[in-house]
Amino acid sequence: MERLHWVQHRCRQLLAGDSERGWYSAPNGLPNKNFLDRHSSPQRVSGKRRTVFARHGPHQQEYEAASKKYKGNAIRTTKYSLLTFLPMNLFQQFHRAANLYFLFLALLNWVPVVEAFQKEITMIPLVVVLTVIAIKDALEDYRRYLFDKKVNNNVVRVFCSKQKTYVQKCWKDVQVGDFVRLSSNEIIPADLLLLYSSDPRGVCYIETSNLDGETNLKQRQVVSDLPFQGAELTLENFRSRIECENPNNDLSRFRGYMEHPNGVRVGLHNSNLLLRSCTIRNTETVVGIVVYAGHETKAMMNNSGPRYKRSQLEKRLNTDVLWCVVLLIVMCLTAAVGHGLWMKNLKDPIFQVDGETSPALAGFYVFWTMIIVLQVLIPISLYVSIEIVKLGQIYFIHNDLALYNEQLDSRIQCRALNITEDLGQIQYLFSDKTGTLTENKMVFRRCSIFGVEYPHEENARRLEVYEAEKTEAGGRSVTLKSGCSGKSLSCRSLSCNRSSVSLHTLTDEAEEEEEDQLTNHIQRKTSAFCSRVAREVVPDPMLVRKLNWLRSPVLTLSDGSSGTPSSLELTYITDFFLALAMCNSVVVSSPSQPRHQVPEARTPLKSLEEIKLMFQRFSFSPFSTLSPPQIRGSPHSFTSRLFARGKTGSFTFPTPPDNTTGRSEPGLEDQLETSKLDSLSRAEGKDAGGMEEREDGTTENTKMSPDERDYDDELLYEAESPDEAALVHAAQAYRCTLRGRSAESLLVDLPGIGSLVVQLLHILPFDSNRKRMSVVIRHPLSGQVVVYTKGADSVIMDLTETPKGADHAQEIYGHIREQTQKHLDSYARDGLRTLCIAKKVLEEEEYEVWLKRQLLAESSIENREELLLESAQRLETHLTLLGTTGILDRLQEEVPETIEALQRAGIKVWVLTGDKKETAINIAYACKLLRPNDQLLTASCGSKEACAALLQQLRLEVQHGEDSLTTGAGNHGKSSSDCGTGFVLVTDGCTLDWALQEDLKNDFVVLSCKCKAVICCRSTPLQKSQVVQLIRDQLGVMALAVGDGANDVSMIQVADVGIGISGQEGMQAVMSSDFAVSRFKHLRKLLLVHGRWCYSRLANMILYFIYKNVMYVNLLFWYQFFCGFSGSVMTNSWVLIFFNLLFTSVPPLIYGVLDRDTPADTLMELPELYQDTQSSKVYIPSMFWFTVLDAFYQSLVCFFVPYFAYAGSDVGDLSFGSPINASALLIILLHQVIESHTLTWIHVLVLVFSSSFYFGFVLLFSVICVTCSPPTNPLGVETLQMSQPLFYIVCALTTVTALLPRLLFRALHNTLHSSAALKSAQMDKEDSERYRRRMQCWNLKHSPANRVPVCVDNPDLEPNSASVMS
Amino acid sequence: MMASSYNAKDEDGHITVSGPGGGALRSKKPENTAFKQQRLPAWQPILTAGTVLPAFFIIGLIFIPIGIGLYVTSNNIKEFEIDYTGVDMSSPCFNCSQNYSWNSTKPCTCTIPFYLEQPYEGNVYMYYGLSNFYQNHRRYVKSRDDSQLHGDMDSLLKPSKECEPYAMHDNKPIAPCGAIANSMFNDTLELFYNDPNGTKVQISLANTGIAWFTDKYVKFKNPGGDNANLTAVFQGTTKPVNWRKPVYELDKNASNNGFINEDFIVWMRTAALPTFRKLYRTIKDSKMVPTLPRGNYTLEVVYNYPVRSFEGRKRMILSTISWMGGKNPFLGIAYITVGSVCFFLGVILLVIHHKCGNRNNSTDISN
Repeated sequence: MERLHWVQHRCRQLLAGDSERGWYSAPNGLPNKNFLDRHSSPQRVSGKRRTVFARHGPHQQEYEAASKKYKGNAIRTTKYSLLTFLPMNLFQQFHRAANLYFLFLALLNWVPVVEAFQKEITMIPLVVVLTVIAIKDALEDYRRYLFDKKVNNNVVRVFCSKQKTYVQKCWKDVQVGDFVRLSSNEIIPADLLLLYSSDPRGVCYIETSNLDGETNLKQRQVVSDLPFQGAELTLENFRSRIECENPNNDLSRFRGYMEHPNGVRVGLHNSNLLLRSCTIRNTETVVGIVVYAGHETKAMMNNSGPRYKRSQLEKRLNTDVLWCVVLLIVMCLTAAVGHGLWMKNLKDPIFQVDGETSPALAGFYVFWTMIIVLQVLIPISLYVSIEIVKLGQIYFIHNDLALYNEQLDSRIQCRALNITEDLGQIQYLFSDKTGTLTENKMVFRRCSIFGVEYPHEENARRLEVYEAEKTEAGGRSVTLKSGCSGKSLSCRSLSCNRSSVSLHTLTDEAEEEEEDQLTNHIQRKTSAFCSRVAREVVPDPMLVRKLNWLRSPVLTLSDGSSGTPSSLELTYITDFFLALAMCNSVVVSSPSQPRHQVPEARTPLKSLEEIKLMFQRFSFSPFSTLSPPQIRGSPHSFTSRLFARGKTGSFTFPTPPDNTTGRSEPGLEDQLETSKLDSLSRAEGKDAGGMEEREDGTTENTKMSPDERDYDDELLYEAESPDEAALVHAAQAYRCTLRGRSAESLLVDLPGIGSLVVQLLHILPFDSNRKRMSVVIRHPLSGQVVVYTKGADSVIMDLTETPKGADHAQEIYGHIREQTQKHLDSYARDGLRTLCIAKKVLEEEEYEVWLKRQLLAESSIENREELLLESAQRLETHLTLLGTTGILDRLQEEVPETIEALQRAGIKVWVLTGDKKETAINIAYACKLLRPNDQLLTASCGSKEACAALLQQLRLEVQHGEDSLTTGAGNHGKSSSDCGTGFVLVTDGCTLDWALQEDLKNDFVVLSCKCKAVICCRSTPLQKSQVVQLIRDQLGVMALAVGDGANDVSMIQVADVGIGISGQEGMQAVMSSDFAVSRFKHLRKLLLVHGRWCYSRLANMILYFIYKNVMYVNLLFWYQFFCGFSGSVMTNSWVLIFFNLLFTSVPPLIYGVLDRDTPADTLMELPELYQDTQSSKVYIPSMFWFTVLDAFYQSLVCFFVPYFAYAGSDVGDLSFGSPINASALLIILLHQVIESHTLTWIHVLVLVFSSSFYFGFVLLFSVICVTCSPPTNPLGVETLQMSQPLFYIVCALTTVTALLPRLLFRALHNTLHSSAALKSAQMDKEDSERYRRRMQCWNLKHSPANRVPVCVDNPDLEPNSASVMS
Repeated sequence: MMASSYNAKDEDGHITVSGPGGGALRSKKPENTAFKQQRLPAWQPILTAGTVLPAFFIIGLIFIPIGIGLYVTSNNIKEFEIDYTGVDMSSPCFNCSQNYSWNSTKPCTCTIPFYLEQPYEGNVYMYYGLSNFYQNHRRYVKSRDDSQLHGDMDSLLKPSKECEPYAMHDNKPIAPCGAIANSMFNDTLELFYNDPNGTKVQISLANTGIAWFTDKYVKFKNPGGDNANLTAVFQGTTKPVNWRKPVYELDKNASNNGFINEDFIVWMRTAALPTFRKLYRTIKDSKMVPTLPRGNYTLEVVYNYPVRSFEGRKRMILSTISWMGGKNPFLGIAYITVGSVCFFLGVILLVIHHKCGNRNNSTDISN
């Protein structure tokens, strides 16, 4: 069925008419398909609005009036009905040029004076094609009809006003304005506005995998401020009026408002809308009102078929088809003129049937007759054959084991079915970095807070050995000295276990030992549970210690190297982790609980008030002023515990980490106080250190301790981007755990405090323009409104600023900025992804002002996006830089090898990334895009003029470099591309912006042409696509874009071949791609092997096809010279028509699908061979003419050998044609054998089948056809011919003579020319051998360094070529 | 299997309603078969001088003997041809050719003497040959009605449109209709042997056994069956315009009359080329041995068929045949030529192979 499905689509595309085929069809069906639109035309006209009333509500009249024009929910995706099928289908089919051509010929044949064959015979090709496609269409349509029926008859519960309850209804009967009740796992029948959810917070989760393939759950929110929220729904009295936009296909946008009877308007947006065909998850019941139904739903409006791109080869083919047309016309004209002259010289012949026609007119008639006779010359069937061949090629690509990813159980997806051969012609490859070159499995690697770097050495080591030994990772995590006061503190009944795990140092007191065990156990468990490396973060001991210092005021610092943490620093640290935990859009669930169900908001250990109170005290007189009574064994009493510890002094002091989060102003104050603290805590520092080591031993024995099952509800984070998940996990490692999230609140565990409900005021989600996201929360402890912002360093660094105030503070901030910048740079050098974390405390009034405008923006229908953006930008100013994180994203396996192979194959690889320059360069080094002796050209400038100058300067530099290179390469005697010395241009986003402008883009193109590779960093999605488009259009090259995320979609769509990497970031890239693979390394085989194969197969097949047609048609043409150019044929007309349609149609297909010009292994090992197809050596105009000439020669032989053999004899016309046809068949088939590079049993079978089919057919026909097929009645002809030896003598001579030149040419070509490829292959074999040896040596020397995923230092691989450079 | 990558929902506007994990149990791993992985064992014909040259030698070795055999065979065939069109004033048929008319009542006869230098043994075939006669003209070829010739009564009375303008004459259907039949060759050729002792012996010419078996017994049938009274059957039809006598009077022999007259059948099989010959008679049961001894002969022609209007020529051909048909030296020469060329190319390839192949080998060894 699926196969049928697929074929159907092909056929529909075939029929779709050329006019509809653009470069790529409008890429609908994607949530961010409007990426470009959004930039170019943000102002979308949404002219009219739609007003929706409840169907059975009190507004009956209005409902009737408003809803009349709204479509019902029934869908009909069939194209035809029973009655309209025939005319509609024929109409559709005749949109195709090929069918029109056939029709034209068939009609032409009905004109008596030009009639060439029997009328029915010229109809055959047309009828065959039309019937086959009509049957396919009908089947397809029927299948869709059945599907429609099934979908339409799905049952859903709809509110009925008469019965005042929900009744079962079919989907098709649902109307706009109906109330629909759905339960978990039901599919949403129409676009609903969410009015009620059984979830107390008014949230419901949907899975959109049916829509965009993403399986992570999306949260949807009940329309705010509904009068009946929470209470039982009284739908009869639903009087509100809903105004929303007219139906459109933008999945990510919905705007409108709901007007309540009292005139209050509530803004509606995307998060209120449940989209058709999504699935409700984890929510017991939801009720919604239908706003869009049936074909007006966003899901239905987003439907579009796979993309149609026209391949380069096909465009070249069209030229040749035009040449064929010219050839046809020339031949017909020749015949026409010849006939005219012949007629003129005749005087009253007895064989002239109508002697009255003037020679000129007769010549004119003959012209048309000849067009019918020679129609085969136009290889219309070639187009159909090409489609079939491509299907076959796709089939093999799809089935390639090498493109299968075992881990993900995913094959390559071929979404565009007709550009397989373009894969063989790629000249430029544009690659995204994250997720494409790298794994996109983000791992928190290190961070810098308050200008202090925490290298997380353990973490790094763990990452290194992670893959080798997983268990070791668990063991190592034990070495971390984060103890846990869990047993006594945690309250299992409240299951707020992790919150209770506070960081502490251990004492040698026995009572603490069991806590210790618990810690180890927890650590073990965490590492055992989390299989993914991303989840395990080993905290940095120093950072842990600092956090501990925060808690143990009596400790004194003995570790001189780390310096003393000031309380300001501690504030920063806690704020930092809070931001990590909260500033994201991560959805939390745990395996023990239903997915995505937010755990009950647990009451913290203490009531909020209490803690707040305590915090007040704490902040003003931290640590030292605590004079607590010890109340042991009362885990609930946090304060008591706290105080107890403070008193004993030897225990960890579990200070809430966010004791100062609420107050950034009092920071100074804190700082002063911490100076006191510093001296105070210095004492125990050494002790702590010692403890840690001691603990190592004890943990070994105790880690298997089976008690304390508090962690059974391990949290699962589902993040939109892996960075976020990595950060949340990092925060978790420091006991700052995000436990749950709802639309209005966050549940966060804090070390030592327990779960806190943090009021979430706003989320300003990430977008690629702002390059940051923010959350606005009301701090649970201080009650202040705090903004946490997380974003790209360039943006955040600009937005942060030194607070005005004391010089001292300014100095500190300056220092922090400076240090952080330094760390950022060093992170980037290490190839880490950097994110900056900043915060801002808002005054209440300030917040109020902002809130007002934000609400306005949210509720507006027009310009909502722009207003929101503006509003966000207003908020995200004057930030205080907290710190930065470095996230490791490891290279995918075999990326360097793949890039190297691609470069050797002559493909220029560009990396377009949103990352920092340093990160990008480092990754480029790591993946061998950048060799040590490459010259790096950095383009970074602030203005257009500067940019222009820079481009000029760089060009000169390159020019200069090239000159020296050529002189250097002269004596070296090797092509420079092999030498490894080249120029690599690195440009940043701003410069790119300038460079892409009209007047500079030429310079940019010229410059980039000379570079081996180009790296564009900090580029936006729009820039990515602009770059691809620029290169593609300016240079006229084949461009391939590969990417994995939504930000690559536009680039993928613009490129000739778009490849999506199905990775961590959803399905958008895949949905818009032509091919989707799971690993970057698959590109190697896809391009080098399949691309080349597909190209050469198709090119050879096309040439063969043209040859076949020209060769056969010319036989008929030569005959015209002996029949007075009258357009007669020497063959039975059925055989004539079937010759192309049946007898010789399958071998070229097999040839096009199965031929292998070079074995896959060779192609993989010698990427240089790719250049043959890249420069389209197989299919060039000279090859076309060569083929045509050969066809002419063969047809001459094939005609004139029988001619001379039978000249003057009593041979009849059909008897004459018989050996010609037979030898033509043999020649054509054997020609293919000569041209094929491989012959398998399938080839043999098909060849044998084809010839036996021909002979069987003509023999049978000549036996049974008594009076049929006049005037070319074949009765007895073939049987008689084939019983005569002369027939075989003629056939043998003809076949051999015709094929001799081709055979000779091939043999000589292969021997003498010995294909430069083969020779270079041998040369390169030596080279690559040498290179491999060198690599092996190097690997041996540097094997430990090699294990580091991102090699920072790239040792000079080729010292000899470096000397060339100098 | 093939299309599993293909997402159903893109296709036709349906969202697949299969629940999650619907087909997830089945691994998507492609089968590791030789076919699917394109590893089918294949013969890779890399055509180089080395691999091809044996073929060239073999072709040469096979073709040259065949060519010699064909040439010898062809040369052993005896063929005599005489043009009796009467273009030249000196030609005996000049007068006949001058005043031609299809319907002249008075037959014009001319006598052409000729001398056979060699005796003709075995079966001798007598052909008439026409030149510049385009029997393969598109309109001409079509101008016939096969079902009428097959004996179909309806077609007899209602000839096919293809026969136009030779379908009806005087409101009567023409039988046989069409231009081919209308232009049927109607010269009568008679052969006399001038015995050295002065007597003129008429050589018996068999007018049967000259058409294809399938034509005579399958394709062509008289209407009304084998033994019908042809005169009655053809009642209501008229003879073709150019004919002297109706179709049922073509021969007195009932099995060679009407549509199954072999002269007619032979004529109806249109020739492929404008210069052609058609079998006229066979000389089988000649009382003489050899069939046609060396000596003087006389060809008596009843000159009816006009060819001068289109500058055609008429010939009479006497020929023996062999297993390869009539005399044709072309095939023998062609075989010998092609065989020699192949052999020659083989030698050249050998040289090339020797030079280049060695070079290739040496590099291979160096590796």
